[in-house]
Amino acid sequence: MTTQASPPRPDRPVDPMVPRTFVVTRRRQDTPDTATIWLEPDGGGEFAFTAGQFTMLQAFGIGEVPISISGDPRITSVLQHTVRDAGAVSRALAMSRTGTRLGVRGPFGAGWDVDRARGHDVVIVAGGIGMAPLRPAVLQIAADRDSFGEVNLLYGARTPAEMLFAGELLSWAAERWINIQVTVDRADDTWHGRVGLVTALLERATFDPSRTSGLICGPEVMMRHAAVALRDRGVAASDLRLSMERNMKCGIGLCGHCQLRELFICHDGPVLGYDVLAPLMTQVEL
Amino acid sequence: MASIAERLTHHPFFAGLPAESIDLIVGCASNVRFRPGEQLFREGDPAETFYVVRGGRVALEMRAPTGTAVLDTVEADEVVGWSWLVPPYRWTFDGRAVDDVHAVRFDGACLRGKCEADPVLGYALLTRVVGVMSERLHSARVRLLDLYGRA
Repeated sequence: MTTQASPPRPDRPVDPMVPRTFVVTRRRQDTPDTATIWLEPDGGGEFAFTAGQFTMLQAFGIGEVPISISGDPRITSVLQHTVRDAGAVSRALAMSRTGTRLGVRGPFGAGWDVDRARGHDVVIVAGGIGMAPLRPAVLQIAADRDSFGEVNLLYGARTPAEMLFAGELLSWAAERWINIQVTVDRADDTWHGRVGLVTALLERATFDPSRTSGLICGPEVMMRHAAVALRDRGVAASDLRLSMERNMKCGIGLCGHCQLRELFICHDGPVLGYDVLAPLMTQVEL
Repeated sequence: MASIAERLTHHPFFAGLPAESIDLIVGCASNVRFRPGEQLFREGDPAETFYVVRGGRVALEMRAPTGTAVLDTVEADEVVGWSWLVPPYRWTFDGRAVDDVHAVRFDGACLRGKCEADPVLGYALLTRVVGVMSERLHSARVRLLDLYGRA
């Protein structure tokens, strides 16, 4: 008896636990420890996502980690991830050469909900690698710039050499559709920019607090300080959205690894309102 | 061209300070300009000045065998220096103009004299200086955590 493989049924729902195979089509070293990779579905196809979502990205035989999508949400043919080498799996992903096959599950989670910011001024506060999950939101705003008021991007990095998307930031600033301020934690005397906390940049940002949406991504302590600084300026907690990081595993709110009290960050987040997060962010080991 | 008193009145550091207090301290002040790379002060030098930055950027630096580290930067609407207020009145870091810097320079001894003669003015200035110190301390503490390095 012979068996014949049945063709894939297009109407069959995708099992969120089964990775799709993608091929690395391009790689760029962004900083000494961070690289951006471009991925295309093996055998073609599309990958739709919203700004702020993440995937579970798998280096076959090594492991799987959650990585935020850093590409343009209008482009569904290519998936873009910016990966920092912080361990065995992320190192394998960040070092992936063109042609490498990687597993992708997702996209997962709630994103920035950029549409909610329409008609508002926008303050985007990014710290370190946190610029990567915010890039899709910036690109979405850029594509529909007239729907938003003042747009501010405040970016803090560890050093000038560790600043992500530096060339793109310069281009955006030159196009004058966005007010960009950057600062670093430490520098030598060859750096002509600001040194100091990213929250200090808020003092020079132009926005109307009564109609401002804040998008914040970075280390949790930095996000907390940025949210408090924006609250001090009069922005409502419900208008501030933060991207949380926890130990995501299943991606669909089942395994509980990413639980933050009543929330599953992989499913309810990673982007959540500060009105929800504020009481949770100062509790140790929650 | 705006007078020093007008410039101080509109500077955030002096916000809320009565006009008569501005008039009291303006005699200690002069306009200064620094070109890119020029030193405002050096670590170890007597700290007899206090700068109200009107334009440009000042880097607060510390020299080390491995090179010069920029600890902080100060721009328009900010101020540089509290060592004039605290014995032994000595700068604890370098100040360098990153670009063209326009500032109002105060004579520290003159300002201390005004503060001692008028405690209300002294308290008003001290609370403002403490506010700046508090912000810098907060900034230093958070950066000490090296958050981006572990993100």
